[in-house]
Amino acid sequence: MELATFWFILIGVLWTGYLVLEGFDFGVGMLLPVLGRNRDAKGGEDPAGERRRRAVLTTIGPHWDGNEVWLLTAGGATFAAFPHWYATMFSAFYLPLLLLLVALILRNMGLEYRYKRDSVAWRRGWDAMIIGGSVAAPLLVGVALTNLVHGLVMREVEVGTSASYTEFTGSLLSVLNPVSLLGGLTVLALCLTHGAHFLALKTRGDLRDDARALATRCGPVSAVLALGLLVWLGLERGSGASWALSALAAAALVGGIAANLAGREGWAFAGTATSIAAAVATYFVMLSPNVINGLGDDPDLSISAAASSPLTLEIMSWAAILFTPVVLAYTAWTYWIFRRRISVEQIPPASDPLAEKGARAATRS
Amino acid sequence: MESLDLARWQFAITTVYHFFFVPITIGMSALVAWFHTRYLWRREPGDLRLAKFFGKLFTINFALGLVTGIVQEFQFGMNWSAYSRFVGDIFGAPLALEALLAFFLESTFLGLWIFGWGKIPEKLHVACIWLVHIGTLLSAYFILAANSFMQNPVGYRYNPETGRAEMADFVAVLTNEVQLVTFPHVIAASYMVGGAVVMGVALHKMRRSHRLAQTALATTDDPAPDHRGDVVMYRRAVRLGGVVTLVAGLAVAITGDIQGKVMTEVQPMKMAAAEALYDTPPEGECAPFSVLTVAGLGGDDPTHVIEIPCLLSYLGTGSFDGEVQGMAELEAEYRQRFGDTEATASDTYIPPIAMTYWNFRLMIGAGLFAAAVAALALLMTRKDRVPMQRWWQPLLVLAPIATVLGHSFGWIFTEVGRQPWVVFGELTTANGVSDPSVVTSTDVIVSMVVFTLLYGVLAVIEVKLFLDYVRKGAEPFEETPVVEEDDELAFSY
Repeated sequence: MELATFWFILIGVLWTGYLVLEGFDFGVGMLLPVLGRNRDAKGGEDPAGERRRRAVLTTIGPHWDGNEVWLLTAGGATFAAFPHWYATMFSAFYLPLLLLLVALILRNMGLEYRYKRDSVAWRRGWDAMIIGGSVAAPLLVGVALTNLVHGLVMREVEVGTSASYTEFTGSLLSVLNPVSLLGGLTVLALCLTHGAHFLALKTRGDLRDDARALATRCGPVSAVLALGLLVWLGLERGSGASWALSALAAAALVGGIAANLAGREGWAFAGTATSIAAAVATYFVMLSPNVINGLGDDPDLSISAAASSPLTLEIMSWAAILFTPVVLAYTAWTYWIFRRRISVEQIPPASDPLAEKGARAATRS
Repeated sequence: MESLDLARWQFAITTVYHFFFVPITIGMSALVAWFHTRYLWRREPGDLRLAKFFGKLFTINFALGLVTGIVQEFQFGMNWSAYSRFVGDIFGAPLALEALLAFFLESTFLGLWIFGWGKIPEKLHVACIWLVHIGTLLSAYFILAANSFMQNPVGYRYNPETGRAEMADFVAVLTNEVQLVTFPHVIAASYMVGGAVVMGVALHKMRRSHRLAQTALATTDDPAPDHRGDVVMYRRAVRLGGVVTLVAGLAVAITGDIQGKVMTEVQPMKMAAAEALYDTPPEGECAPFSVLTVAGLGGDDPTHVIEIPCLLSYLGTGSFDGEVQGMAELEAEYRQRFGDTEATASDTYIPPIAMTYWNFRLMIGAGLFAAAVAALALLMTRKDRVPMQRWWQPLLVLAPIATVLGHSFGWIFTEVGRQPWVVFGELTTANGVSDPSVVTSTDVIVSMVVFTLLYGVLAVIEVKLFLDYVRKGAEPFEETPVVEEDDELAFSY
């Protein structure tokens, strides 16, 4: 296999890792207002609801930050292995990516800062950021990735003496086409279901029952959207392999939904995870041998035209082969450490992190 | 404004902002790790309290450093796509390695450290915060290797067929002579920042605890042992912070001196601009270093107020009678070497002189100031003394700020002094920007306004939160409980 092809697959793997992992923490963020309603009849904060919110967020607490690094790694790997892919894609999606950055910034700040001050207004503000960011980010990622497959308005640019790349020449509206918006909604819905499965797997008591019930409701919606999207894109760009992978994605999703109904939460989570992975694989098969499809008769950006020099690819391959297992090992270890289910009762009662403690313990020093 | 100027402004704003948080993260993670380790080994309750206290301040800061870093990675492709196409082969590799080797390490183990209280064995828990620190160092190494390539491109060859710079020797890229002096310089400066922040915060808390102890004694005859214990605890942090600031400051000076000599060799124009040296001194004469210049900066007749004879010759060459070239001569040389300025889309090969000149001096001044405050703090906290003079309050606030700003001045100097090049001698900044038909000036205005407003609001929130946590101080000592299946969590959101 050529190294460029290997890297094309590897970048698909990185996007899979990103969407499977951060996918569930996006879903958990979206479910926050539903699973922990915390307004009482007078519009004040309901302490029981607030405690549920804290339990919900604690399930992703140790993981979301590491999950997000998959996006940074996908970006960095694209830069290194396919400079033209990185440059064309990131400049083409300028405003959507700006929105994605804002969504991620506000969401991350919300997760980090929410618990650092005991104030209802403070929590409400950051909750809005967590929820808004968790909705906007997967939507935008879905729009961007679907556009790569559906095709961009592009022109060929000559470079050097015997090379060329393609540059985006469309408008913002050309990026916000119906199929890409459907792609965005599908990723959103898949993350929602995946997040509900994750929560059902990671919590106990009422929270677990509620998460399962929610998964039952959003699962079918995501299945219908995913089916529509994969058929639409399949008719545009489909091949035998892509149809097979789409079928796998659909089967895994249906299996996940069924497992959730049967109360098999681990299998339900594995089902949505497999479905997301198969959907990303479908996208990459529909892209191949390109990294960005041209819309209609527009030129494509091919894997070989976008690739770095063989030496860079070789160095990067060694780095990936040597270090990816290490990263996977300690990531898995983190999930193992925090493998236990969390119940609302385990969340310490609310206290003001900034309040002076009444009785100060004397130091021996 | 053209999209080029806008993109430059946006890059400058977002990078300088990002870099407020980076050195604090690098420096403070080491000090937090140190306190946590010392507790493991000495079982001194104060050490665990300090680790948790500074750990909280560290995470408040880390959050902003992380999110502003994502913007940096995206920005190359968004605003500088021509640059990304040209150097992706070489510049992208360290960036990808940074994500794979450093970001995963930092994020995963910081999550483990924050949520791991009572969940993982103590020694492993301490190892987590060290791994975070190692992650920050690796991250710095890779990103500085990428930057050093821009300062002094090595290990590549230009491929006329693809019109791109291509990797020829990755080891050469990672061991660029500029990198080998920049990395220690930046890391030492980051330790200086971490030391100064810990020193400043702890000195403030130590003075406050002392005042509370005195008040308690005056009103109730109760010497308030907890406040007195706090004084002892914070003093240890003051002294550690002070020593780190001073030792790191010395390392900053030494590495900076070597860096100046390397820079004189690889980018003589930058060092000439640092002194605003327009004409090469006549044969046999050395170049002076001016501390202050009031008029004629960059012209051939500047008015130096304070001038140290031959110092520039020493800074640049290591010898008091070494020859330093002036900008006029270098400009003529560069025109010969790189051709007329049309192809490189810039009017001159001389960087903006005032920016280069003043940032160089501000960098040095800020470092000297912080080191002086650290020395004074060490002197005045000897033998259980608590410096209660009122003038300490502004000093203990300004010293950490000076180290952070000194860092920024240094970077502005380095990056502005390289202009008009983005990759020295290979690609000018003007030729690196995204095609204005793809990324329009309206796009860049929108993003610049969004980032500036967002960053401004976040800065206000983070500084206020930081100060509130400083005011709160270290929590009382508590043994970390071992969390079993159904127990209350030792840490949750």
